[in-house]
Amino acid sequence: MSTTVIDLERTVNSGLTTAIKKSEISFSQLFIDVDIENIISTILFLKTNQKCRFKQLIDITAVDYPEKEKRFKIIYLLLSLEKNLRIVINVHINEKDLVPSITKIFPSANWMEREVFDMYGVSFKDHPDLRRILTDYGFEGHPLRKDFPLTGHTEVRYSEDKKKVIYEKVKLDQEYRNFDSESPWEGTKYIVQEDEKNKIKDK
Amino acid sequence: MAKKKKTMNLNFGPQHPAAHGVLRLIIELDGEVVEKIDPHIGLLHRGTEKLIEHKTYMQAVPYFDRLDYVAPMNQEHAFALAIERLLNIEVPIRGQYIRVLFCEIGRILSHLLNITTQALDVGALTPSLWGFEERETLMTFYERASGSRLHANYFRAGGVHQDLPRGLNEDILEFCNTFPKIIDDLETLLTDNRIFKQRNVGIGIVTKEEALEHSFSGIMLRGSGISWDLRKSQPYDCYQDFNFKVPIGKNGDCYDRYLCRVEEMRQSVDMIKTCINKMPSGPVKNIDGKITPPSKKDLKRSMEAVIHHFKLFSEGFRVPEGEIYTAVEAPKGEFGVYLISDGGHKPYKCKIRAPGFSHLQAMDYLMKGHMLADVPAVLGSLDLVFGEVDR
Repeated sequence: MSTTVIDLERTVNSGLTTAIKKSEISFSQLFIDVDIENIISTILFLKTNQKCRFKQLIDITAVDYPEKEKRFKIIYLLLSLEKNLRIVINVHINEKDLVPSITKIFPSANWMEREVFDMYGVSFKDHPDLRRILTDYGFEGHPLRKDFPLTGHTEVRYSEDKKKVIYEKVKLDQEYRNFDSESPWEGTKYIVQEDEKNKIKDK
Repeated sequence: MAKKKKTMNLNFGPQHPAAHGVLRLIIELDGEVVEKIDPHIGLLHRGTEKLIEHKTYMQAVPYFDRLDYVAPMNQEHAFALAIERLLNIEVPIRGQYIRVLFCEIGRILSHLLNITTQALDVGALTPSLWGFEERETLMTFYERASGSRLHANYFRAGGVHQDLPRGLNEDILEFCNTFPKIIDDLETLLTDNRIFKQRNVGIGIVTKEEALEHSFSGIMLRGSGISWDLRKSQPYDCYQDFNFKVPIGKNGDCYDRYLCRVEEMRQSVDMIKTCINKMPSGPVKNIDGKITPPSKKDLKRSMEAVIHHFKLFSEGFRVPEGEIYTAVEAPKGEFGVYLISDGGHKPYKCKIRAPGFSHLQAMDYLMKGHMLADVPAVLGSLDLVFGEVDR
């Protein structure tokens, strides 16, 4: 018997009750929000529950929202081969928060968490080997944060004098130009329109 | 006096022909037995995800060609599907068939490269010479449709860039008639070859449970006997119209994975044939002028088309706010795109899920207790391309 996303939402909500802060189905995928302290229990439940069987961790990633109070959102993607379903788990965290590592549950989380650490600077608690993974040896900064410049901070070249590859500060002959081509005619919110909307709401 | 156990550290790569790119392995050896492997990746990291955040949706497509550069269009497919689902638009049937056609060509391209180089790693030279000739033919098909052999930039949100040129379908059909013979030839060289079997049978065994634990996908799952193929279980585009078999392995070793790849190539050839025979006529991309550029003919006559053209190539189209994960069965496994749009004309975030990343991660577990000489054999059967591992 096949389980649908709606069944899954019901199972998850009844099984985890208060741990789920929010659950919604969009584009026929289930998204759930949990708190940072409930990550381990949620993922264990999803992996072991007979009606879920999310045996495979697809990916872990993060998103940076610099303007929000809880700056990062950690995203866990799970797949259940048995039920042919996917689930997305969202966790909102502060910049300084330590996220519990799920390497004990899924060994493959190791590199995925290392990547999140490397790209966003989010630290994981009880991770066996939290090193940078994709960036250069001795790299500074976290490239996928929104405040990290696209060009980076350093560049490398071979120095003929020193006979070795050296690191230098990025020198741009021309400033990086970020063309804002979004149309002003569609992008502006007119005050009149806002007022009219409020009027409609009041009625 | 008790003999002290001494291990040796060996640095493999980053410049090593058997590393299939820029991979650095720190291998801890006890004699010739591997005790621990620590892969160092990221030597080909180009910051694709960061770059995509600064480009419009259409400008981001070419980055996907540069991930797994032996099967470029399969990656574009995942990205195009993600945008289409966020935009909630349909792809015309002909467009879907063309995309499936080129995805299967991509699968053959990738498997040919993998099988032949895996053979090369364990000492057989001839297969690569034969296989690469066929790859060249396939890449001319890519070229005739898209204009370039490798970095196609052909799939778009809403379909494909342009219709197929006249005569291409016939030539592909002809290729489908001759190619099975080449697969047979490759098999006579490898399948029963004593050396090839000695190097691959019983090496790098993955059990079902462990394959799941380590987030394996694609051939790495099927080689271990798990029948899972996204084209069957979560069909996208017109894959449900196709009748194909999903080959699975029994022992989960390097040899079974090789056999699965060979069989998948045969299935792909059949699918390409059906695809061409069933291909309907009609538009190849969504005709909504707000998403796909107008034709050259319209540009000369219609003011609206000119405006659309200008807007599309300066601002690009806007994608409604939302988050989505879409995955395709790329030749190497599940290739996924997690796309977040904030309603603007550039992706807020685009996470790329590359199958090779989790496969390489399991290197330490796969190699423990094996001999040093098995390292290239296992590396070869993992089917790694560093464009996608490092992103």
